[in-house]
Amino acid sequence: MTQEMIGLLLDQEHPLTLGELSRACSMHADWVLELVEEGILEPLNPEVPRLQFSGQNLHRALIVRRLQQDLGVNLSGAALALQLMEEVETLRARLNAMSCR
Amino acid sequence: MEFKDYYELMGVDKNATQDEIKRAYRKLARKYHPDVSKEKDAEARFKEIGEAYEVLKDPEKRAAYDQLGANWKSGQDFQPPPDWDAGFEFSGGGFTGGDASSYSDFFETLFGQQFKGGGQQYSGGRGFSMQGEDHHAKVLIDLEDAFNGATRSITLHAPQVDEAGHVVTRERTLKVRIPKGVYQGQQIRLSGQGAPGIGGGKQGDLYLEIEFRPHKYYRAEGKDIYLDLPVAPWEAALGAKIKVPTPAGAVDLKIPANSTSGKKMRLKGRGIPGKKPGDLYIILNIALPPADTDKAKELYRKMEQELAFNPRADLGV
Repeated sequence: MTQEMIGLLLDQEHPLTLGELSRACSMHADWVLELVEEGILEPLNPEVPRLQFSGQNLHRALIVRRLQQDLGVNLSGAALALQLMEEVETLRARLNAMSCR
Repeated sequence: MEFKDYYELMGVDKNATQDEIKRAYRKLARKYHPDVSKEKDAEARFKEIGEAYEVLKDPEKRAAYDQLGANWKSGQDFQPPPDWDAGFEFSGGGFTGGDASSYSDFFETLFGQQFKGGGQQYSGGRGFSMQGEDHHAKVLIDLEDAFNGATRSITLHAPQVDEAGHVVTRERTLKVRIPKGVYQGQQIRLSGQGAPGIGGGKQGDLYLEIEFRPHKYYRAEGKDIYLDLPVAPWEAALGAKIKVPTPAGAVDLKIPANSTSGKKMRLKGRGIPGKKPGDLYIILNIALPPADTDKAKELYRKMEQELAFNPRADLGV
C-alpha cells in the first residue's frame, strides 16, 4: 500500500520565494528577475530580493525556459508566445464547450 | 534495433548545409513543440527531431553517422559495424536538448558511450554536495475533485542511472491528496520527492501541476466556472424558476422574462470553493422543441400567425 502524501498547495498564503522558483526551474535567480522585468512573471510583492510568487508563475516560467532552450527565442519573443498561447487555450476551451452542446 | 534516417526525419537532403539543417530544425521544433503544438504525437515527434538534430548539427557526429552508408532505410534492422566510429574524434559537448534519456536505442548505441551524461557524472566525493534537482509532473483531476477534495494516484517515469551506468526509466506511483479548492495551473509541492541529492545533499522537490480533465458541461477559467444552460422558449420568454446543476449539487435559478439566447447570469460564490470562492456563470441557450407531431406543428403555425415576429428585423429585410 502506498501511503497518501499531502503536499503543500502553493496558493496566496504559500507563495514561492525567488530562490525556490529559481531552483524549481533549474535556473539562476537573475534569469527569474529578467522574467519579472519583462512582465512575464508577476511577484505578489515588489520587495527585491524577497520577491514572492504564486504557483502559476512557476507554470509560466517553465514554459518560457522550454521555449528559450528548445526554440531559441529571446525573452520578449517568449513573452509574446506565452500570451498568444494563453489566448489560444481560452478560445479552445470555449470552442470545446460550444461543440459539446 | 531499427535504423533511423535522421535526414528523412528532418526532411532535408543528405547534402544539406548546416544552415539548412538548422532552419529545418527550427521550423519543425516550432511545429511540434509540446507547449505549442496540439498534434497528438507532438511530444514523440519533438523528441525524434531533437535526436536527429543532435546528430546532424554537430559536424563530427554527422560525419560519423554519414559513413554508416547511404544504403540504410528507415526502420531497417540495424547493427552498427564493429569499429564503425574508429578514426573519429568526438570532442564531447553535452546535449543541447538536455534529456539524453529520451533518445532512441539507435542513438544510444552509436553515440551513447561518448556523449552520455556529459556533466551528469558526479563522483559523490568529498567536500562536494548539492541538492537534487526539482522534478515536475502534471496531475489530471476532475472538476468535482476541486469541490470535494480527492486522493489521486499518479505514476511517474523518472530517468535514473543504474549501477552499470545505464540510463533506465524507473516507474513509481504516488498517492497524493488533492485539497478542496484547487484550480487549473496551481502547483502542489511534495518536499523531498524530486531527484536524489548529490554527496549527501538534500533531495529535490516534486512539483505537481493541477490540470482539469475536460468536463461534459462545465468549463473552468481560474476559480470561475461556466455552464451553457439549455432553456425552453417559454421559460426564456415568460420567465421561470428552473433547476440548474452545479458541481456541488442542483440549485434553483430564476430566469427573468424576455431573456435571450446568450444571456449571462452569475451565481455568486458557486464556482470553485475557497476563502474567496469563484462564481458560476450560466449562459442561456434557447432550445427549440422539435415539430415532430401534428400538435407541435399546429402550435408553431399558430405562433407564426399570431406573433408577427420577424427575427431578421435588425438585418433590414
